[in-house]
Amino acid sequence: MAIMWKTLKRWYHQLGSPRYFYRFCEAVLPWLVPVALAVLAVGLVWGLLYAPVERYQGNSYRIIYIHVPASSGALMGYIAMGVAGLVALVWRMKMAEVMLKALAPFGAALAAVSLLTGALWGKPTWGTYWQWDARMTSMLILLFLYLGIMALQNAIRDPRQAARAAALLAVVGVINVVIVKYSVEWLNTLHQGATLKVVGESSIDPSMKWPLLISMAGLWLLYAANVLIRARTEVLNRERRSGWVRRLVRDGEA
Amino acid sequence: MFDPYFDSVAAFIAMGDHGFFVWSAYGLSALLIAANMLLAVRRQGRVRAEIARQARRDAVKVSPKSVETNQ
Repeated sequence: MAIMWKTLKRWYHQLGSPRYFYRFCEAVLPWLVPVALAVLAVGLVWGLLYAPVERYQGNSYRIIYIHVPASSGALMGYIAMGVAGLVALVWRMKMAEVMLKALAPFGAALAAVSLLTGALWGKPTWGTYWQWDARMTSMLILLFLYLGIMALQNAIRDPRQAARAAALLAVVGVINVVIVKYSVEWLNTLHQGATLKVVGESSIDPSMKWPLLISMAGLWLLYAANVLIRARTEVLNRERRSGWVRRLVRDGEA
Repeated sequence: MFDPYFDSVAAFIAMGDHGFFVWSAYGLSALLIAANMLLAVRRQGRVRAEIARQARRDAVKVSPKSVETNQ
């Protein structure tokens, strides 16, 4: 336990240092992007081509292999932004501000993918592209929260001031993630309940569950790669006056 | 288990009668995700080029002075 705590603390301090973080990205990114794309491709080909058909919905159900990974990615990304926002507000940690900025754009894209694929799945299944029900409305609010955070970060010139404003919105907005998650359980919605469960038995057949889990892993890894690329850019931009960035530029490595 | 579900390429594209919904869902997703990845890489390239340009400007500004003080 003590060792775990020590490792966690060292890791926090090391990745909290922009210079160490930059080196970490240089080491991880060259293989993270191809691995993410390969895993995503396996999941999608399996889901689209090999998985059996769903009894009631027909082949339109195959939209699940992008809809669920994108939706869960958008939600997890927002939770990560909430954590980064909290760390940025309480400890004024620079790397938390950087992560807060790096997490937003891909999260917003995934929220948009979730809404678009949901609409295209809704039409053949429920007979409508859109309904103002709790799940869909809260997901639309999630997209607006992402866009709001990005707008705040771009509107305020001083990066530290911008980060504080964005962090506040990120932390408060985490309530919306809870609403998205439980909207299908507490409220009467058109959207079906969760079929994948971390605890307990999933109500989805293994022949559909495995390609879904693999696509999910692939898209989340791609999100991680996108965040690392954006965070590395932000670190370079903020630290451009520091000695280590100058040395990198001089040696032609940046 | 590892036989494709569909009998032919035509059946795969048709997706029952849901081809329009499935393929537009995947097409739009691919577009948004790929565009986001490319934008991230492009911004990285722009920031790196900008820092390198600044470094070259600084080098030009600094060198005549350092020559003076050396003499």
